[in-house]
Amino acid sequence: MARIIVVTSGKGGVGKTTTSASISTGLAKRGHKTVVIDFDVGLRNLDLIMNCERRVVYDFVNVIQGEATLNQALIRDKRVDTLYILPASQTREKEALTKDGVEKVINELSERFDYIVCDSPAGIEHGALMALYYADEAIVVTNPEVSSVRDSDRILGILQSKSRRAEMGQDPVKEHLLLSRYNPDRVQRGEMLSVADVEEILAIPLLGVIPESQVVLNASNQGLPVILEEDSDAGQAYEDAVARLLGEEREHRFMSSQKKGFFSRMFKGG
Amino acid sequence: MSFFDYFKSKKNNRSASVAKERLQIIVAHERGQREQPDYLPALQKELLEVIRKYVQISDDMVQVEVDRNDSCSVLELNVTLPEH
Repeated sequence: MARIIVVTSGKGGVGKTTTSASISTGLAKRGHKTVVIDFDVGLRNLDLIMNCERRVVYDFVNVIQGEATLNQALIRDKRVDTLYILPASQTREKEALTKDGVEKVINELSERFDYIVCDSPAGIEHGALMALYYADEAIVVTNPEVSSVRDSDRILGILQSKSRRAEMGQDPVKEHLLLSRYNPDRVQRGEMLSVADVEEILAIPLLGVIPESQVVLNASNQGLPVILEEDSDAGQAYEDAVARLLGEEREHRFMSSQKKGFFSRMFKGG
Repeated sequence: MSFFDYFKSKKNNRSASVAKERLQIIVAHERGQREQPDYLPALQKELLEVIRKYVQISDDMVQVEVDRNDSCSVLELNVTLPEH
């Protein structure tokens, strides 16, 4: 049986796809058989972030509707050989993801993989509900900013009431907070919510803090999951998050600002 | 620019604490609503219709809330009657 992990947030643009790509790559790099599914029907982008956009032939909806087999639709990652990508359909209606159809595909994947990572679309509509419905665990990606935190709380409410685990009265979906685009300098100046602030408001365990970093855009430009930029702060922060997801204890890093001298603050704009 | 920014940053108002305060209020409010039973809107609508048989009131003059304590729940009904 695979562990099913949804990467969700409510709000768009906070880093769900970036996180899905990095978490799934990180799990696979440690030898776990991992598949990452794009649930964003009509606006697929995981393929671009994973650099396999030109290898997409069949998609998730084709498999649900019996037009292709799973083997035909799954794309094997070229960098990590235990990682597969199941792309979303770019042309179908969102309603093509039926509860039964998604369940059938997830059950089949569950027999072959250790981890199924579901990359949720933004919003709380059908696609997002389908992405979280079968989850055992949820990574709630949040930016330290008012609208993102509020939407994260909303999505937590949905996880607690509308997931399969909630409907069946099973143990609740295990929730993880992943705070991304974190800028310790601005936190120190009192301009940005701190990790502690967001933890206090959302009251769920912290999986990791991803610092705001230029490396993230550079990596996505090239179709490289940022976790593979092993020397970068963001890459290492994702690596730590994967380790914690697997139960390792790791101290949180990149949460305080680098001390800058008086002159560098004056001349580089601190 | 950076020279002046250095001094300006000292005076920056701490907007993060404003954000935190606003979030705590709205999140608490929305969590309260989330825990309300599903039938509440329908109940409110029907109550409004019954009251309207006798007194003309507008939609926002009836408020229904459920307060949950450990041992029991209290249905709180607030009806504002129009002035004569």
